[in-house]
Amino acid sequence: MQLQYFLLIAAALFCIGVFGLVTSRNAVRVLMSIELMLNAVNLNLMAFSNYVDPKEIKGQVFTTFIIAIAAAEAAVGLAIVLAIYRNRDTVDMEQFNLLKW
Amino acid sequence: MNLAEGVQIVSFGILAAAVLISALGVVLLKNVVYSAFLLGGSFISMAGLYFLLNADFVAAAQVLVYVGAINVLILFAIMLVNKQEEYAVVKGAGVRQVATGLVCLGLFALLGTMVVSTPWAISSATPAGDSSIVTIGIHFFTDFLLPFELVSVLLLIALVGAIVLARREFVPENLSASGEDEALMLPERQREMVSSRDDN
Repeated sequence: MQLQYFLLIAAALFCIGVFGLVTSRNAVRVLMSIELMLNAVNLNLMAFSNYVDPKEIKGQVFTTFIIAIAAAEAAVGLAIVLAIYRNRDTVDMEQFNLLKW
Repeated sequence: MNLAEGVQIVSFGILAAAVLISALGVVLLKNVVYSAFLLGGSFISMAGLYFLLNADFVAAAQVLVYVGAINVLILFAIMLVNKQEEYAVVKGAGVRQVATGLVCLGLFALLGTMVVSTPWAISSATPAGDSSIVTIGIHFFTDFLLPFELVSVLLLIALVGAIVLARREFVPENLSASGEDEALMLPERQREMVSSRDDN
């Protein structure tokens, strides 16, 4: 088992998340892609924490913080999606142009 | 982790494949409900990877928070906004997807070469393993005390913010006279009424 394997998995997951973030039309799917990217970062931190810093494991502490912040982000993001859906009656990202120009 | 090397490699392969395939499913599937369930599968496989990295506490937190809270929240949001709608065709959508795919592949190639070519300073100390939760607790209450308290404030702010953003701002017009209908309707005060009452 090597550090590089985990880092490659995390990189692939992050790229999948970026792809979903840019190409999705559904606003909820965009939030799911953001969660995937946060998970990729978590995996990076955990891999470094295990292989580079196995005594202090500060990476695990950071991962716990990121999990908490991801929970807050999901709650606020989904509330925003709900509010937009109520105003605009759609979840299509292409029609959310309130802050565009 | 007292697993043999072969067991670790095989379980790593299975878990990594599960993570990547379900992540691709999240992004590529048409039905957003399938995407949400596959996202849960991806989170659970990720918790398995954390176990391979000697982090039992974070793996448990991953399952509890991500699968138990965030994924359920996403499913509820899908149920609330799940309108079957045909998205209007956007000009150049195919070109956009291909360009995004190319950019993502390039990003992956860049990250991959960086990961493979960098000489990592791998430590040979024995991992904290079963005492990881003790170490994390010590970190939380000594050198990470301020971020720990700030996260609790942040969670409170997010809680209040989510409620303020998501609640309806109108009272339904057709309130009937019978009491049980009113109890089911959960009417809410208008903003002006709240502010005028605060002024008095």
